[in-house]
Amino acid sequence: MSTLEISETASGREASFVRREMRAAEPAPSSEVGAVAWMRQNLFTGPVNTLLTIALVLLAAWVLPPLFRFLVTDAVWTGANREACIYTAERTAVGACWAFVRDRVAFFTYGFYPLAERWRVDVFFVLLIIGVAWLLNLRAPRRDLGAIYGFVILPIVSFILLSGSKTLGLPVVPTNLWGGMMVSIVVASVGIVVSLPLGIVLALGRRSSMPAAKLFSVIFIEFVRGVPLITVLFMASVMLPLFVPDYMQPDKLLRALVGIALFASAYMAEVVRAGLQALPKGQYEGAMSLGLGWFQMMRLIILPQALKITIPNIVNTYIGLFKDTTLVVIVGIFDFLKAIEAARIDPTWAAPTVSTTGYIYAAVFYFICCYAMSAYARAVEARLAVADKR
Amino acid sequence: MKKLLVTAALAAAAAFAASAASAQTLNTVKQKGQLSCGSNTGLAGFGQPDAQGNWTGLDVEYCRAVAAAIFNDPTKVKFVPLSAKDRFTALQSGEVDILVRNTTWTISRDTSLGLEFGPVNYYDGQGFMVRKSLKVTSAKELSGASVCVQQGTTTELNLADYFRANKLELKSVTFATSDETIKAYDAGRCDAFTTDASGLYSERLRLANANDHIVLPEIISKEPLGPSVRHGDNQWWDLVKWTHYALLTAEELGVTKENVDQMLKSDNPDVKRLLGTEGKFGEAMGLTNDWAYRIVKHMGNYGEMFERTVGQGSPLKIARGQNALWSKGGLQYAPPIR
Repeated sequence: MSTLEISETASGREASFVRREMRAAEPAPSSEVGAVAWMRQNLFTGPVNTLLTIALVLLAAWVLPPLFRFLVTDAVWTGANREACIYTAERTAVGACWAFVRDRVAFFTYGFYPLAERWRVDVFFVLLIIGVAWLLNLRAPRRDLGAIYGFVILPIVSFILLSGSKTLGLPVVPTNLWGGMMVSIVVASVGIVVSLPLGIVLALGRRSSMPAAKLFSVIFIEFVRGVPLITVLFMASVMLPLFVPDYMQPDKLLRALVGIALFASAYMAEVVRAGLQALPKGQYEGAMSLGLGWFQMMRLIILPQALKITIPNIVNTYIGLFKDTTLVVIVGIFDFLKAIEAARIDPTWAAPTVSTTGYIYAAVFYFICCYAMSAYARAVEARLAVADKR
Repeated sequence: MKKLLVTAALAAAAAFAASAASAQTLNTVKQKGQLSCGSNTGLAGFGQPDAQGNWTGLDVEYCRAVAAAIFNDPTKVKFVPLSAKDRFTALQSGEVDILVRNTTWTISRDTSLGLEFGPVNYYDGQGFMVRKSLKVTSAKELSGASVCVQQGTTTELNLADYFRANKLELKSVTFATSDETIKAYDAGRCDAFTTDASGLYSERLRLANANDHIVLPEIISKEPLGPSVRHGDNQWWDLVKWTHYALLTAEELGVTKENVDQMLKSDNPDVKRLLGTEGKFGEAMGLTNDWAYRIVKHMGNYGEMFERTVGQGSPLKIARGQNALWSKGGLQYAPPIR
């Protein structure tokens, strides 16, 4: 080996072996690295794990190939009507009918919104994405402006954009023409944006020592939580019109929006209250001993900590709210899921796999939205948890 | 105190409801410039949105026909999709002016709900679908057959009644949703499938091989579907009724969307009265005398509407059956226009 040399000293033929260079590290034993080792450490550590691994692999082998065949290989990608997706002599296997989704994707996105005005919805989507990115990206510049944009400018501009304004030359589009993904997103955003502040106010009210505020908050929260969302929507859409004259009747979509926002606020209030109660009393006392007033104490000491520990629950409520928006269908609003349901019964596209394809499309949309929410929440939690690890 | 409040609120509601009902609906509609029509949230052939988001279907076309009679413009309709639960409230509260939403005309709805039903624009009823390979040609031959049916529906009760009345042996297989029911039938769980006849045709298209199945001729229940309006505004009710009769009369007289302009010159007194070249029948309803001309010009006659939405011109291909004109063995009959 080249690293070994025989050195001779002047005093004699006393030889010694001196290593001049470090010996290169041996590769780790094959039981510790590499794919095999990884599998042994993670998949086959014991009899139970081994059995589970084998069972899951078999399950995947059983489920995935047919799924892939249905979604991709046998799927129909082009076509103008049901003829494309029905069984024929030469087409004995029909997978997902994506041609149906392609034909109806505009309806799924915009509902009945007039064709000539759909660019307004596109602009709304872009504005919303800008707002979300600005507010949620913690490294974005001027997030104070972002908050003003997201909570003041965006709602006003969106409202004018979507419902129209005669003075600006935008034709008025009544809300009965709104539909599809656009309505789902409008309802969910309004619910999300309104429910947190309102929920915080209600939670603080419930813990307040002022009897009026406390009583109101308790009654509101318990009453709203005590009835199902369907009942709230149903009351708003069926009972309300009987009690008010024609000209005072609020818009159908507005009724649903108010119902959902109030409903979500009641749940949010309890989530926030849990955070408030989890804080040790010392935090309150410390804040008070610094001479902070109630508002300062809440804003600077209590709420930042309380909200931080409730992030998982807040996101949980948001995801629940997002999926609950599909209930607006019972008051006759065509949300995303209802748009798909209405399209799938169309005889033009009546074929065996059309319904399944429509529902898969819906599932993908809801999964992407909900997973994005939970992934973002995880990132925020990880960032905030740095403080706890120190 | 609370009780007093509730009483007051109910009284107020009743007062408003009453005022809404006795108001001249036609004038309100003319003022608003559009007809507010309670429609289905999605039913194949009767009311459903197309790819561009336009409403299509037989019920939808009825509303357009009424709008054509009033405004000479079938697009002046605002469709309010209503679920089965909130349809009557929407009508009672004045949110919609007319409800055309495959609603079965029954005595309780006609009397205690405070509605007026117009003429039946589609005679529906429960029917059966079987595989052609069974070689069954009549429902009476279904003794001992297993029948897929949605549970908890009147369909299920009608099925039991029919088999008992005809001394047939019934093996019903029930499912919670209509989707499951048709899937089970398609998978071969039962010999026959039953639901309303209009539904049978649309479900048939969803089967793996639609052509292997036939709809049997027997209709075992009465489901007269028609438009309804609020009780108490007879002028409006007349208008809604006569829209349908005008459509039927046009079909009877052979007046179509295509030839309606030539028909204006017709010497046939019936055609003249229908198209308003003779008589003042439109004015009596608060419309113009060419009201029926407008309807046919924009929408065609009843036969054309039927074929276009649910009949041979549509994928459903429903036979006229009970919905043929009375002169052709059906039940559609219009009183004379004179």
